[in-house]
Amino acid sequence: MKIHIRNGRLIDPANGIDAQRDVFVAAGRIAAIGAAPDGFVANRVIDATGLTVCPGLIDLSARLREPGFEYKATLESEMAAAAGGGVTTLACPPDTDPPLDEPGLVEMLKHRARHAGFAHVFPIGALTVGLAGERLTEMAELHDAGCIAFGQASTPVVDTQVLMRALQYAATFGFPVWLQAQDPFLGKDGVAHDGEMATRLGLPGQPVSAETIAISTILQLARDTGVRIHITRISSAAALDMIVAARASGIAVTCDVSINHLHLSDADIGFFNPNARLVPPLRAGHDREALRRGLAEGAINALCSDHTPVDDDAKQVPFGEAEPGATGLELLLPLTLKWAAEMRLSLLTALARITCDAARVLGIPSGTLSAGAAADLCLYDPQGSFTVTRESLRSQGKNTPFLGQVLPGRVQATLIDGHIAFENGR
Amino acid sequence: MRNPQLDKNGGLQHLLTIDGLPREILNAILDNAAPFTEVAEREVKKLPLLRGKSVFNLFFESSTRTRTTFEIAAKRLSADVINLNIGTSSTSKGETLLDTVDNLCAMQADMFVVRHASSGAPFLIAQHLAAMKLEHIHVINAGDGRHAHPTQGLLDMYTIRHYKQRFDNLVVAIVGDVLHSRVARSQIHALTALGVPEVRVIGPKTLLPSDIDKLGVRVFHDMRAGLKDADVVMMLRLQNERMKGALLPSPQEFFKSYGLTADKLQHARPDAIVMHPGPMNRGVEIDSAVADGPHAVILPQVTFGIAVRMAVMSMLAGA
Repeated sequence: MKIHIRNGRLIDPANGIDAQRDVFVAAGRIAAIGAAPDGFVANRVIDATGLTVCPGLIDLSARLREPGFEYKATLESEMAAAAGGGVTTLACPPDTDPPLDEPGLVEMLKHRARHAGFAHVFPIGALTVGLAGERLTEMAELHDAGCIAFGQASTPVVDTQVLMRALQYAATFGFPVWLQAQDPFLGKDGVAHDGEMATRLGLPGQPVSAETIAISTILQLARDTGVRIHITRISSAAALDMIVAARASGIAVTCDVSINHLHLSDADIGFFNPNARLVPPLRAGHDREALRRGLAEGAINALCSDHTPVDDDAKQVPFGEAEPGATGLELLLPLTLKWAAEMRLSLLTALARITCDAARVLGIPSGTLSAGAAADLCLYDPQGSFTVTRESLRSQGKNTPFLGQVLPGRVQATLIDGHIAFENGR
Repeated sequence: MRNPQLDKNGGLQHLLTIDGLPREILNAILDNAAPFTEVAEREVKKLPLLRGKSVFNLFFESSTRTRTTFEIAAKRLSADVINLNIGTSSTSKGETLLDTVDNLCAMQADMFVVRHASSGAPFLIAQHLAAMKLEHIHVINAGDGRHAHPTQGLLDMYTIRHYKQRFDNLVVAIVGDVLHSRVARSQIHALTALGVPEVRVIGPKTLLPSDIDKLGVRVFHDMRAGLKDADVVMMLRLQNERMKGALLPSPQEFFKSYGLTADKLQHARPDAIVMHPGPMNRGVEIDSAVADGPHAVILPQVTFGIAVRMAVMSMLAGA
């Protein structure tokens, strides 16, 4: 299938291109940018007049809920949601049921994902068996099965000796480790940021130190073991400061932030909105401002959706009892554009955080529109806006704190390996 | 986002929290409560204001005093009262909170009086009723987690007004476990809304929530300093399980530092009143000599509580 994408505004952050250029796709790859290759005859011409054409989005954290939580979401529903959101590559955390701690599970997931025929799925393997924080998983086997990194999702390793050995072992093979920073004790009971809002609402608070103490532990062990560490979904200004300082001292550490924490603070809990029940909790306004700046400056490497479909039954309960998480795959692009507009950032900078920069964290050669690269593309209408409603979401997860908001950026088409995986209205 | 307890015209649709309620509504409730105190002194203690209405006491957490006073209040207004202690029935069989509510709505409930261990549970019910277009059903929060206990806050205000007549010249000290106390939060919001110039909280750092000063109170860790020249001393209940979570070393040490004794009370004004939401732990947060002494207004609080709850119920029902 040869495709000619015509008259679009091409934004390719990896190559610093923001200009009107045509894109030519052949054999699943970018054949050329600008002028057609000799003898190129398109089977399909897509008129992208008025549209922005960018690399397919790379989401560093999207839970697909399989295996084990099919009542919350299925691979099919979430892969369709990804395609509808312009996401062509995603990493999924290991907190399925059972967790991704055996090669067979990972192979099955990869196989099912390929069969579903949408985004490229990169599983993050469990760092410890059953995520229990006691025994190491067979990381080399899991890597061969397709895991690109190892982590614990939202379950911290309590025993720091186990954590150190897990990092040493991963470092032996050069496997990156992705950790969410949460102290198992200080993070145990709190359901909201420990501050005025939690005090007002009578919600058990989780102090920022629940995050910074864990980051301190992780950074020191990263320095000692030499492992490549990625800290996922940071929530506070203090966490970011520590990561920046660690980097300056020579520790190889990257980090990301979620769309929720980029746009919201604990004030958005409002009148106990269970959709604002998240892990880590939404922090104070000044934390959010620091994260927004940090992402703009590149101190935070990437923006992720932290897509976590939760069924209605688990959300229609009092705030503290609600299962944490929000749907996000289809909001990654709109919320990137909203952040870019509010911060007056160039689209080259903003889109880099969900394309080439995210690819660099993953360690894959994606997120670019260089000739020869995989033809993973997202076409969106920068003028188009939409209201986030349950009906507007393809994901089986309908719960998000952004319900009811009008957001910019409607995805018109998504190409994965040169195939049209999504086209608006189809 | 509209405050879910107010209707489109800013009137009271539910009573979920005192936080954000305008002073006019608080005063209206207190004013309306006054005539109801006289009903209790009549031979026939009944008014027909809620005749034919069904009030469901929906208690997901055990309570004797609050449930009983709500029951008496509803019965004195001639409502039919149905008590459900759900801590021991449906939810233990796996029924969700909203399933329970739906079932009771199908039984033509007019009012829910809700107590729940989770902060925000009555908001969830109120929002659910709005979504189901059942806005004629009213919700009264009878205590949710650590969040709010608005009728307790109101009866405390009624008591203060009864003994002190006005709010704008008072120093009020709230003492003890503010962290876990829905009563303290409702008191703070009510006192600040009614114009009390100085509201203090007194307790150890382990029992005071973060940023409590942002609710408009002065924070004291030394009880004698905190009680100095206070007109009103509001003691809080200290639950025994607080000793387990490394919050306090022992009840004895707590009593030594923060228990109200006649000696400590001397730092307050000579005409200070002492309040307690009950049930009291004598010898833990309050000495018997004070609890039974001339400054205590703890039993009048209970009596006023019935009148205040009658006022709230009749206002919500539009009677």
